[in-house]
Amino acid sequence: MSALLSVTDAHVAYGKVEAVRSVSLEVGANEIVTIVGANGAGKTTLLSAVMGILPLKGRVTFAGEDLARLDIEDRVAMGLGLVPEHRELFVTMNVEDNLELGAFRIERSRAKSSIERVYALFPRLKERRKQLAGTLSGGEQQMLAMGRALMGEPKLLMLDEPSLGLAPIIVADIFRIVTELRTAGVSVLLVEQNAQAALKIADQAYVMELGEFVLSGKASDIAANERVAASYLGFQHEGESVL
Amino acid sequence: MNTTIMLFLVQDGITNGAIYALLGLALVLVFAVTRVILIPQGEFVTYGALTYASLAAGQMPGTAKLALALGIGAFGFDLFVARRALHGRLILRSLVTNVVLPAVVLALTVYFAAQKPPVAVAIVLSLVIVAMIGLYLYRIAFQPLAHTSVLVLLIASVGVHLALQGLGLLFFGAEGQRGPAVLAGSFTAGALRFTGQSLTVYGITIAFIVGLWLFFGLTLYGKALRATAVNRLGARLAGIRTTLSGQIAFLLASVIGALSGILIVPITTLYYDSGFLIGLKGFVAAIIGGLVSYPLTAVAALVVGIVEAFSSFYASNYKEVIVFMLLIPVLLLRSLAAPAVEEEKD
Repeated sequence: MSALLSVTDAHVAYGKVEAVRSVSLEVGANEIVTIVGANGAGKTTLLSAVMGILPLKGRVTFAGEDLARLDIEDRVAMGLGLVPEHRELFVTMNVEDNLELGAFRIERSRAKSSIERVYALFPRLKERRKQLAGTLSGGEQQMLAMGRALMGEPKLLMLDEPSLGLAPIIVADIFRIVTELRTAGVSVLLVEQNAQAALKIADQAYVMELGEFVLSGKASDIAANERVAASYLGFQHEGESVL
Repeated sequence: MNTTIMLFLVQDGITNGAIYALLGLALVLVFAVTRVILIPQGEFVTYGALTYASLAAGQMPGTAKLALALGIGAFGFDLFVARRALHGRLILRSLVTNVVLPAVVLALTVYFAAQKPPVAVAIVLSLVIVAMIGLYLYRIAFQPLAHTSVLVLLIASVGVHLALQGLGLLFFGAEGQRGPAVLAGSFTAGALRFTGQSLTVYGITIAFIVGLWLFFGLTLYGKALRATAVNRLGARLAGIRTTLSGQIAFLLASVIGALSGILIVPITTLYYDSGFLIGLKGFVAAIIGGLVSYPLTAVAALVVGIVEAFSSFYASNYKEVIVFMLLIPVLLLRSLAAPAVEEEKD
């Protein structure tokens, strides 16, 4: 079976500084793949480049098509979605407008049913639908950012640090929803510093250090790896969070 | 000073202020969506006014040919960008909007100019011609620079302004023109006399402001424009093309500019370079509105109009100076409110 997203020998540079070096990865259909690694390892850079925000040297194919000549908007229309670390919401507009705009490229009739699905996934957003996005709490903004991306009916959703700065109870909620997305047929590429939580729900995992993948394999194997446990999972006791 | 004169000056100020309000709103819109400070807004005013006046006088306006020339240029840009992956449908669409449309409008203009068209036809043709010029200018001068800094965009904007002003001299000559009133007749209420033209100005300004409010508040494209203004990257991630938002913003700005020109030219004689000063007054209003607030801009525009009317009565030599001096206290206050100069992030 061919992969939904396939990245081969990717390099991403800021001027002369290479932030991502010779990285290859695959995400299959109905799969959660996670990239874990320390702050500054190049995870966000890689996602941005796959989305077309940063220029990438190498080959990226999505659903069998080469993305090289497509800009961000075309990639969105093909079913590739990104929820960026800073969420990039329309803060002076209300929740409903944010969601409606997420379906900008989708037929109006389908967008109506999508919004109900998003509200079912995030009931909190329905309660706040007339509230301005900028006045939501951090967790609600994360939900809105994910909801807006889902309105575009993505086949693959890339999530950049969805748990960053959120209360543990909300983090748990968001990870639960990520697994529900897989059930609903959406693949997820998840970038996380919270390696423990990410490895628990992921099928495949990559460990990134200083712009390169140093380990890859089944998420459960990676979680069991001693080096990973020492570097990313910490020596914490059971039930304690890494962050 | 007696009340009659005061009322008269206020009335005059509101009529001009309404026009400045339209222009100020267009400036805020274009800046918010594309980060371009639209100096050529004034040229849209003169082009609209003088195209209308020429047509009404039975002369062929050069702007119709300019629209076709710019359209061909825009089509060339589209072809160049698409050279590696020629896509039949996209190229056909570009050909129709950039070449076929202005060619048809040019043919219609030639046909109607020869037989002194009725006012309504002259208005529609002028609006369409200037709208096309605005749209193609965005494609040629601003879309390729969309990712650059506000300063680069401002320099391009000054360049476009100078080019359009020079072309204006070429098309319309150095002589001033006046056009026929959109709505003739007048009536008197107490000491005030309302002309059909000033009522048209109020009516159209209010209709446009309400229309824009509905467009931004209720329609998907209006919301997409606001979204682009609020968060460019967020909009792109939602699949909203910044070029589409830029095109809509320029289209609206050029239509608003041309409409303002058509509304003014029956009241005042306009020259090829008059638009700049008129546009600057809209700009004063937009600056008072901080280049973001639509309601503040509209109110400021009325103040600008009224101050202008009073100063032209009491100190007509200094009327421009007094109007532009309005900026100084506003800028002072703003600089006190936000002392740190923020570096542009994107």
